[in-house]
Amino acid sequence: MSEATVLDELPGDLMMWVLIVSELLVFGAGLAAFLAVRATDPAGFAEAQSFLNRSAAGLNTVILVTSGFLAALALPLREAGRSGISRLALVAASLLGVLFLVIKAVEYSDKSALGIGWDSHPFFTFYYLLTGFHAAHVVAGIVILLLVGWRNAPRNIEVGTAFWHMVDLVWVLLFPVIYLLR
Amino acid sequence: MKYQSQKIAYAYFAVALGLFAVQILGGLLAGWVYVMPNTLSELVPFNIIRMLHTNSLVVWLLLGFFGAAYFLIPEEAEREIHSPTIAYLQLIILVVGTLGVVVTYLFNLFEGNWLLGKEGREFLEQPKWVKAGIVVAALMFLFNVTMTVLKGKKTAITNILLLGLWGLALLFLFAFYNPVNLSLDKMYWWYVIHLWVEGVWELIMASILAYLMLKLTGVDREVVEKWLYVIVAAALFSGILGTGHHYYWIGAPGYWQWIGSIFSSLEVIPFFAMMSFAFVMVWKGRRDHPNKAALLWSLGCATLAFFGAGIWGFLHTLHGVNYYTHGTQITAAHGHLAFFGAYVCLNLAIMSYAMPILKHRDPYNQVLNMASFWLMSGGMVFMTFTLTFAGTVQTHMQRVIGEYYMDVQDSIAIFYWMRFGAGIAVLLGVLLFLYAIFMPRREVVTPGPIERHRLEEDPDHVPAE
Repeated sequence: MSEATVLDELPGDLMMWVLIVSELLVFGAGLAAFLAVRATDPAGFAEAQSFLNRSAAGLNTVILVTSGFLAALALPLREAGRSGISRLALVAASLLGVLFLVIKAVEYSDKSALGIGWDSHPFFTFYYLLTGFHAAHVVAGIVILLLVGWRNAPRNIEVGTAFWHMVDLVWVLLFPVIYLLR
Repeated sequence: MKYQSQKIAYAYFAVALGLFAVQILGGLLAGWVYVMPNTLSELVPFNIIRMLHTNSLVVWLLLGFFGAAYFLIPEEAEREIHSPTIAYLQLIILVVGTLGVVVTYLFNLFEGNWLLGKEGREFLEQPKWVKAGIVVAALMFLFNVTMTVLKGKKTAITNILLLGLWGLALLFLFAFYNPVNLSLDKMYWWYVIHLWVEGVWELIMASILAYLMLKLTGVDREVVEKWLYVIVAAALFSGILGTGHHYYWIGAPGYWQWIGSIFSSLEVIPFFAMMSFAFVMVWKGRRDHPNKAALLWSLGCATLAFFGAGIWGFLHTLHGVNYYTHGTQITAAHGHLAFFGAYVCLNLAIMSYAMPILKHRDPYNQVLNMASFWLMSGGMVFMTFTLTFAGTVQTHMQRVIGEYYMDVQDSIAIFYWMRFGAGIAVLLGVLLFLYAIFMPRREVVTPGPIERHRLEEDPDHVPAE
């Protein structure tokens, strides 16, 4: 690049930030659509929401934020030359990601046992779309964390954990809007 | 022209432009049928005219892409095309296939025949033997250009171009899969049409634009590449799941309405990025390239693609809106400006750049070419407006108030007349473009006062000739 721009100051890789911004736009648009449709049927949405398992989702929030904390430790550890423990932090972070998915799967199977599907109510269409799409990103994030734990150049860790923090951030936005908002 | 094999592009461009003329004549005829519905109704029914109009469009755009690849890959890879013979053979196969298609459509030969008859799937009507020919030609092409790139220098431009061309060929294979279930049929059908124009074709578009910007503005390759990667990422991110905006009413599950609405809304972003890219490169550029016509077409391409594909696409992509506008003249307005802006202008831009070089004809014949840009683009934009107004009135009368389709058509006839007028302007623009590209050997225009002043002030300035 012939001249330095503000883009060069971004940690990690520009393309990861393009992806992160794109993801936030998608989830943001999804949540906005959810709130707009909810405004047309507040009672129906409140009733549908009462079927959700708030405790499981709350526990999952703690799990994912803790996982994000562990992932954030990896880079300074790696830069301090403590490569082994940095790897351990990344593996632990991805294991917590797996735990998140297990709890999520329990939630989904409870819904399905109640006969609730994506087309039971518009609330559940959004519930499955948004949390399902997020869960797919958790799967991708686990793979990415393990990849950058394996090929653990500091720049790789920076790029990989940026993705994981985005997955974290999206959940922290989904959780209150879908599960808690009354 | 640095490499001899770049000459292959000349043959491709010439055939493409010939088909372009056929396409526009077909369009004009179809526009005439809109106002005089009984014209040729027995001899060549409207659906056949429309088929010729859309099929020849796609084929000439593809020929243009192939020509562009044969022109720019030698320069980027810094070596001759692997096999010019294969390239010419590929062109012959495509020409024979095209002629076969035209004859089969016009005379409705081999009706119902598995191999020879037309298949009746909108846009994918080609008889099976032609489809097979297209695949063979595509394989020859991919082999040829991939070998060239593998043996030569690999740049971001050729990598993205090859990714787009490979995607184009592989996605075409879905044209062979035609499930009996109509919903499934439509689902896979869009894998070809949508994932072409809103997926891999955008990669081809971005890489050709990047090549043109590199040549015309002299901006550093590194800067061009950074833009290219961002554009491609945005195009694929939004375009692939954006396919969902075709699944609203075909019997696919309802969640597609939200997936399609959200992702296809984001399809504006790559087109906005391409427009910003083109203009920022020109502002930052240090080179004052004399081929002003190619630059005009490039900027026009990025701008009209943003409006035609981006804005006019967004106009009716949300499912709540599309519930009313689906299949009205709004769709026609979007289709016309999107194809013209994104892919017609792109082809005419690379041709305006390459043809003077291929014909050893500097200084270029600029002014007529630039006049044809304004005539053609003005005609297309006017056509888009008339169809948009027609579609708005149609949507309200037919879909909101509930009047009969044909009654509504009668009451919007004035717009169809204006559309026909716009079509004539486009045809004149095309004829002027063809004349400017092929005929005059030399044309020198005396610089006006502003240009003279600039020439005095700026020693680096190269006048448009």
